[in-house]
Formats: sequence, structure tokens, C-alpha cells
Amino acid sequence: MNVMTVERPGMLSTLQDTGRLGHQQYGVSVNGPMDEWAHRLANALVGNEEDAAVLECTVTGPRLHFADNTLVALCGARMRITANGQAIPQDRAVLLRRGTVLDVGERLQGARLYLAVRGGFAPEPVLGSRSTNIRAGFGGHAGRALKRADRVLVGRMSRDLPVLPIEKLMVQSGMPIVLAEQVDVTPPHWRGNGDHEDDDTAPTAPIRFIPGPHWPAFTAAAQDQLTTRSYTVTQQSDRMGARLSGEPLKLTAPLELISEATAFGTIQVPPDGQPIVLMADRQSAGGYPKIAYVASADLPPLAQAMPGDALHFKAIAQADAELAWRAADDRLQEIQTAATRVLHARGPSTIEPTQSQE
Amino acid sequence: MNPSADAALLETDATSIEQSAGILARARIEPVGDRCLLIRLGDTVDLATNRAVHAVTALINAAAADDASLAAIVEVVPAFTTVAVHYQPSRCPRVGDLPSVHLTRCIEALLRQDLPDVAVEGRVVEIPACYGGDFGPDLDDVAERCGLTPQEVIALHSGTPLTLYAFFFSPGNPFAGPLDPRLNVKRRSSPRTRVEAGSVAIANGLSSIYQSASPGGWNVIARTPWNLFDVTAQPPTRLRLGDQLRFKPISPTEFADLLEPRP
Repeated sequence: MNVMTVERPGMLSTLQDTGRLGHQQYGVSVNGPMDEWAHRLANALVGNEEDAAVLECTVTGPRLHFADNTLVALCGARMRITANGQAIPQDRAVLLRRGTVLDVGERLQGARLYLAVRGGFAPEPVLGSRSTNIRAGFGGHAGRALKRADRVLVGRMSRDLPVLPIEKLMVQSGMPIVLAEQVDVTPPHWRGNGDHEDDDTAPTAPIRFIPGPHWPAFTAAAQDQLTTRSYTVTQQSDRMGARLSGEPLKLTAPLELISEATAFGTIQVPPDGQPIVLMADRQSAGGYPKIAYVASADLPPLAQAMPGDALHFKAIAQADAELAWRAADDRLQEIQTAATRVLHARGPSTIEPTQSQE
Repeated sequence: MNPSADAALLETDATSIEQSAGILARARIEPVGDRCLLIRLGDTVDLATNRAVHAVTALINAAAADDASLAAIVEVVPAFTTVAVHYQPSRCPRVGDLPSVHLTRCIEALLRQDLPDVAVEGRVVEIPACYGGDFGPDLDDVAERCGLTPQEVIALHSGTPLTLYAFFFSPGNPFAGPLDPRLNVKRRSSPRTRVEAGSVAIANGLSSIYQSASPGGWNVIARTPWNLFDVTAQPPTRLRLGDQLRFKPISPTEFADLLEPRP
């Protein structure tokens, strides 16, 4: 079986599938990827099922060695990435010859990089998921972030699947690295009602939200601040929540609440008025006022925000948030179809080998 | 993030399925963002509401298993007064209503049916707990704030069974109530930076057990030697929703004898 060996772990590299569902009733967090778009995209590009486990690398990337030929895709944050010293592109499937060292260097943009391998990483699932629950110490690789010298199993695709043309080409050509044909991975260009100037997919575009159940309990000034002022991502942010700092959001009167379910993207406001957007490692329930919910389609840019980044927010209607998420789902479906076609297409015209530096 | 339930609103009552059915008629459904709905079954933390919560959870889980219109549901999460229904919008019909509206209608239709008779599990579980001292550093303070002796606090806390309403905060961390009204304390004014695993704590009419060591703002009055969560078990929790928890005072020696490893 193929094994990935960790030569350098990076700051925080954890295995994540789509998340641990069905156990929030027992107080178990969902976990899963912070940037769901990049996670699904990386899996689509290597022909995996959507819920395959990938490696999420935060801020600084790892150096990794693969024992066998491995088809990989790197999505999300932009970083300088090499394979045996040769620069390789992101958002594209790349076949690495056995023994290749994949090295993730300087971060250029974004916070979280996703490495998918064909077949998915294959630790034993815990409570039905391969996602890492760092706080509780289970799931993923030994319930923790990767360390140096860790050996992580890479899953095998089912035996009845044909050998990919790109794999045959590697054998025939002797190339150390072969790139699969490029697939258009542009995210959906979704527009809010009437806003023709905004490019809502640009990194600086405002984060769209749906006003939450306690929106009316906040002062008019607070409602205005959230949509006109910028809020800065703080150093205290982690996989549990994006902790923001800015003009405090005040309630008109103190609010006593009974804890209830939270979701990915819930913006809750503790008594100090500094909003927290609940992210992948959120608790299953919480008791702070919920001023808003970030539209699911805009969680990926939030997951890619670095401490110090200033964010702007914009209110949208429930229906618009749902349509934006549908557009993202549809677009991923198209990309998955295109990626599958490219991986299975025959003939040298579909393959673009790179120049070997050896 | 601890729960806050207004102790003044807590009720002790004998409920029946009929009362729960009345609660059901007043159910309100609202979206939680674009991938979750929340069913509100009441505004107070009490047994009747919580029983309805567990019954509705069971009803939706059962229906989702064999009703195609509910196939989008990926997870149902009960809390004190609410049931959250997490769903995958892409599994909802493309034509007609948007996913949240579609699913709201499906659940409304479901809630018009009779509640299943599975609401109350009713196990009584006796949980060993060593009160006071290092194991319950806030016992004396709680006694003082309630105008009771530490012995009276122990007697009131261990004297009547508490119903397990919900799990959250950490895996297998139970929240149970209602506490005797004489144990009416809020959270500590300044949270502790570290509360040991197994700590039995009270606040706002509820009792909880910290399953893992963490910062916490509740009043720690005891510690149990039990481990309450095991990922290799199904379900992974030792306790179950609806269980009647009865705390049994033990000595530090018994605590040492009964201490279980935490994986």
C-alpha cells in the first residue's frame, strides 16, 4: 500500500474528510475542512469521492515523501510548491513518481492549502469519519496534527477502476512528474441582486451574511457597523472560530439565552461585542446572541483569511444565500465531470509532460 | 461557551405525551443559515419541553430513514428547547421552493402526525461523585451563596435524580436538570482557566460534568471518577439523553478505587 512519510509537518497539518456527521447529539464536533470549496475541488481533480480525506495545511506547508506513484492536487491557499525541486502548479492533477518529495514553501496568498491524493488518505475512521478532532484527540492521523516521521496510508482506488492513461504515460516516458490536462476551476460568478460592480468571488469582496434571530436585539448602530465598518481577523482565530476585532456590537438590552444548535458560519457576539464566526471545529451548541449567519458560499474566503486581514460584511436575503450555495454546488459538479473526463481521456494530446530537471 | 438558562423559569413537573403534543402544536421552524433549520419547541428549560425535543428528534430520524422527501437531512441535533436539522441543499428538489422552504414544509407535515411513544428512556444511572475539597473547589462558595451548609448542598444535589437534557461543550459532556431551586447560582464571575476532567459543576439550574479538562465558568462542587465517553463504543456516550442521573457521594478513597482511564 502507498505510504506518505512526513519529512516536515508544517504549522498545523491535519487530515479532514467532509466531517463527522451524526454525533453532534453526543457533543462531538463536526470538524472537516475549513475551506469546503478547496477540499471538494482537490478531491474532484484527482477523481476522488467528495468525502475522501485530504490534508489541510495551515499557513506553512509540509515536506512529504510518497512511496508509490501518487496523483495529487493542491488547492486553496497559494504557496510555492515543488516536487523533487521542480515547481508544480496548483488546481491541477499532478502525477508524482514513487520516491518523489513534495515540498510546500513560501505562502503567497490565503491561509489553508489542501492536498488531495487519488484514493484519499486512509486512516481507520473514528465514529464514521477520518476528520481530525484535535481537541478531543481522535480521528485523522492519531487524533492530532502531523509530526515529523509520521507515516500516513494512502487509500487504493477500487480494483475494477482502469489504470489511468496518465499512469501509463509515466511508466512509458520515464518522466518523474506528469501533469494532467488542465481543467477550468473558476468558482461560480454569482452576483447579488442589483450589484453589478462587485465581483463577489474576488478575495476582497464582502462576506455575505443572512441576519440572524437576534439581529433585531442589536442596536441600530451595531447593525450599521457590521455592514459598513471593517472587522479584522485576530491572532486568536483558529479552526473553532474566526475571532474578529472592530467596533463592538452592542445589544439594546442584555439577552439571556438557552443554548441551542449552531452551524458553520454562525456569527455570535459574546458580551465584549467582538464577533466570532463559528468554523469547522465549532461546538455543537452555544448560548451567545447570533447576529447573523455567513452565507455558506462565502465561508471559503473566510477560511482563507489571515490574522490581520480586514473583512467587510454585506447583508443578503435567505434566498440569495441559498442560490449562491446552489451555484457553488453546481459548479463543483461541472468541475468534477470535467476532471473525470480529463483523467480518463486517452491519447497523448491530453497529457502535458513537464521537462525533467534531472 | 456555557449554556445559560434562567433558573427562575425552570419547572419541575410531571408530564405526559399529551402535554408534549401541545408543545408540538406550537412548534416554530426557522432557518439557521442556508444548511440548517431549527425547530423551537419552547422558551423554558423544563422536562416537558425537553421530552418533546427528544420525541421530535426520534420522529425526524425515523422518517428521514425511509421518506425520500427528507433524504436531504444529514443530522438531527437535540438541545434543551430546540431540535436542529442539518441538511444538504443539493439533495433537495431543484424545482419549486428553495431548500429551506421545501424542508420546512416537509417537517411541518411530519409534526402534524402523532408523536412516537419513544420519548422517555427512563434509565436511572447512579454516578459516583466525590464532593468538596480539591474535587469540588466551589462547594463552600456555593453553600455560602445559597445560604446553606456544604452538607445541605451535597444532599440537595444528590437527593433527586436529574434528567439528562443534552450533550455539548465537549464529547459526552452532559447537561442535566432541573436542580433543586435552592441551588440557584449563576456562573462564576471569573471563569477558571482549568477545570479538571470529571468535574461535576452547577449553574443556572443545571448540572454538568466536564468530560475533558478545559477552561470553564461553572461552579465545581464534586468530581466523578467515571469516564463518560469512548469512541470505540456505540453510542460513544456512557449516558443517554433522557437518563435519570443520581449522584452518589463517595469518599476520596472510593474515588481512587473507581478512577477510570480517559483515552
